[in-house]
Amino acid sequence: MKNGHGVPRPVGGPIMTPVMKLCLALAGITTLLLIYRFLVGLGPVTNMTDGHPWGLWIAFDVVTGTALACGGYAVALLIYVFNKGKYHPLIRSAILTSALGYTLGAIGVIIDLGRPWWTWKLPIFFWTWNLDSVQLEVALCIMLYTAVLWIEMAPVFMERWEQEDDKPRLQEFSRKWTPILMKAMPWLIALGIVLPTMHQSSLGSMILLAGPKLHPLWLTPWLPFFFLVSCIAMGYGMVVLETMWSRTVYSRYRETSVLSALSRAMVVVLLTWVGVRLFDVIASGKSAYLFNLDRFSILFWLEVLLFLAPAIILMLKPTRTDRDRGRLFMASGMMVTAGMLHRFTAYWFAYNPGDHWNLYFPSMFEIFVTVGLIAAEVAAFMYIIKKFPILTGRPSAALPT
Amino acid sequence: MVLPTLDSTPLDPTGLDRRDFVKVCSMAAAAVGLPSEAAAAIVENVQAGRKPSVIWLHNQECTGCTESLLRTNHPTLDELIIDLISLDYHETLMVAAGHQAEEVLQAAMEENAGAYILVIEGAIPMKDDGVYCKIGGRTSIDLVSEVAERAGAIIAIGSCASWGGIPSAAPNPTGAVGAPTLLEGKTVVTIPGCPSNPYNFLGVALQYATFGTLPELDALGRPKFAYGRYIHEHCPRRAHFDAGRFVKQFGDEGHREGWCLYQMGCKGPVTRANCSTLHFGEMNGAWPIGIGAPCFGCTEEGVGFTIGKFETVEITDATPPSTYPPIFSSREGPNPWATMALGGIIGGAIGGGIIAAKKVSQPSEDEIGLGEV
Repeated sequence: MKNGHGVPRPVGGPIMTPVMKLCLALAGITTLLLIYRFLVGLGPVTNMTDGHPWGLWIAFDVVTGTALACGGYAVALLIYVFNKGKYHPLIRSAILTSALGYTLGAIGVIIDLGRPWWTWKLPIFFWTWNLDSVQLEVALCIMLYTAVLWIEMAPVFMERWEQEDDKPRLQEFSRKWTPILMKAMPWLIALGIVLPTMHQSSLGSMILLAGPKLHPLWLTPWLPFFFLVSCIAMGYGMVVLETMWSRTVYSRYRETSVLSALSRAMVVVLLTWVGVRLFDVIASGKSAYLFNLDRFSILFWLEVLLFLAPAIILMLKPTRTDRDRGRLFMASGMMVTAGMLHRFTAYWFAYNPGDHWNLYFPSMFEIFVTVGLIAAEVAAFMYIIKKFPILTGRPSAALPT
Repeated sequence: MVLPTLDSTPLDPTGLDRRDFVKVCSMAAAAVGLPSEAAAAIVENVQAGRKPSVIWLHNQECTGCTESLLRTNHPTLDELIIDLISLDYHETLMVAAGHQAEEVLQAAMEENAGAYILVIEGAIPMKDDGVYCKIGGRTSIDLVSEVAERAGAIIAIGSCASWGGIPSAAPNPTGAVGAPTLLEGKTVVTIPGCPSNPYNFLGVALQYATFGTLPELDALGRPKFAYGRYIHEHCPRRAHFDAGRFVKQFGDEGHREGWCLYQMGCKGPVTRANCSTLHFGEMNGAWPIGIGAPCFGCTEEGVGFTIGKFETVEITDATPPSTYPPIFSSREGPNPWATMALGGIIGGAIGGGIIAAKKVSQPSEDEIGLGEV
C-alpha cells in the first residue's frame, strides 16, 4: 500500500474546524432525535405507512448510502481483480469512505427496524435462517462486509498506534497483530469483493419482490444487474469526488492522472448500464411506456440521461489543462446522482402500493435524521484523515502537523 | 330390542349394505367432529346391537329444534334414527299414539335403564305445579323427572330446554325454566339456540353413544367445542368491525356491502355459539349475520328474548385490539417545510457540486501530474 506517489500520512491540523463543529452539532441533534424515535416508535415520527413501510431511511441511508460507499469495492475490483497497482494511492480513502458508509447504512437499518432489539439474533441463530430470503442475504452481507471493511482499515490504525510510545499496550497490540492481519488480508480482500457483489444486486432483487407495485419500467428481472452495475459507477464517482475534494481542501497532490485513468473504466460501466437498460425495455415490449410523458417516463429518461451524460463528458478529448479535472469532477457528480436517482425511483417514486395510500413524502424528522447521519459520517471522515495515515502525498507545509 | 346383525348381507329391504353403512358412520363421525376411529367404533357398536336408545321429550316449545334436526344430511335423519341410534320415543316423529306410545316409553326406560339418552326439548313450566304443560295427563315436571332418573345422559336441546327460552321471557306467565333448573344436581348437557344447530346435538349424542363420554362442558353445561367462543370472535364480518365500517340503516350502502351489523343491534359480541363457523341448513351463509340480520343472541340467557332486538350491547370481552394497525392509515403528504428542506438540500448539493468542481479545477502549485492527463 505504500507504493504509488507517496506514503500515506495523517493530514494533521486542528480538529475543531467550523465545518467539524457544524457536523457535530447536526449529529448531536440527530442523536437526541433518535433517542426520541426509540422511545415512541416509528409511527409518530415518520411518514411511513403500512403501504409505504420503507421510507427515506431505507431508500437513502441503506440502499443509496451503501451504494455510495461502494468506492472501496470498485477500487478493490480494479486493483486486485484487474491487477492495476497504480490505483493503490486511492485505496485507503476509498475503503475508509466505504467503512463509514456501510456503518451508517447498518445504523440506518437499525433505526428503521420495528424491533431493532432482535438484530443481534440474526447472525447467531443460523439454524432458523430462511435461506430463500433476499433480505436475509442483504442483512448478513451488510453485517459481514461492514466488519470486513473495518478489519481492512485496521492496518491504518495500527500503523499509527505502533508509533505511539506513550501508549505501550496499544503499541504492543499493534505489533503483535499487524503480521497476522497482513497474512489474512488477501482473504479479507477477496471477501470484500464477493460480499458487495452479492448484496448490491440483492438490493435490486428485494424491491423486485414487490412485483406489480413497481412501475413496469422498473419491474424488470434485470433490476439486480442495474443495481450492481450502477453501484460500481457510484463507487467510482464517489472515489473521484472524495479524493479530489479532500486533496483540494487539504492541499494534497490530487492524483488527477490516476483518477482520469479510472474514467475509461467508468465509460464502459456507464455505457453498459445504458445499453442494457434500453435494450431490456424495448425487448420486453415496454417501449410504449417511454413516451407517455407522465412522471415515470420523465424519470426514466432523466435516469438514462444522467448515466449517459457523464460517459459522453469522459469521452471528450482531453484538454490537458486544469479544466479536465473540473470535467471529471462534474461527470462523477452526475454518475453518483444517476445511481441515486435510480435507487430512489425504484424504492420510492415508482413504487405504488395501491390507490388507498397517500404518496409517501418524508417527514421533517426523517429528513433531519438522514442529514445528521451524513454529518456524522463527514465528521468521522475528517477526524480519521487528520489523525491516521490515509491520504498519500507530501504533507502541506502550510498546515501544522 | 332385537336388531339384525350386520354382515355383507343387506341390512334392510331397501338395500343398505355394509359398505354404505360404514360410509354413513364415517360421515356422521366426521360431520360432528369426532375422531376418525369413532366411525369404526360406531360400526362395531351397531353390529353388536348396541345402538343407543334415545328418548325425546317435548315440553313448552315450537318443535323448531326437531325441525332443524330433520334437515340434516350428514347423516340424514333416517340414517340417524334407523342406523345410528334407536329413537325409541319421540312425540313428533313416532308412529305410535295414545296408550301405545306411553307403553313404548315405559318399555324403553326398562330395557335401557341407566344407558339411554334423554333429550329434553322445551321449557318446563313450574308455576301452579306445572299444570301448563301436560302429556298423557302428566305434567312436564313429573315426566322429565321420571325419565331423567334412569337416563345415562341428559341433553337439553334448544334455548327453552337450556335456560327457558321464549316461554320464560318476561313476564313468564307459566314460570317456565330450563331443564338444568328442574334437574338440579344432574349433569345436563345444554345445547342452546333457537333452534340449536343440529350438529352440536349430533356431536354430543354420537360421542356418548360411541365412547360413553361427554364432551368438555362449561359452567352452564354447554359443550365447549361449540360454545367456547363468542360469535364475534369468528364473525366473517369482523374485519369491518375492526376497521369501523358499520351498517347504519338496513338497506344502506354498508348493508349491501356486508359491513358489520353491530350498530344494528348485533349481539355477536356477547353471545357464545359457533354459528359464525357452522352455518344452518347445510348451506354456506345460512345464519342470521350471513343473510344481513344482526345476531339475536338466542343462545345466551339474559340476551336473547331479553335485550331489545335493535339495542346495541356493551362490548366487554372482544373490543378490537388497539395494537392492530388500521387497514389504511393516512399520513400527511408533502408538507411545505419538509419539501422546502428537501429542495434546499438538493439545491445546495447541486450548487455546492458546481462550486466544488470549479475549485477542484483551479491550478495548484502542488500539482505535478497534470501533464499526464
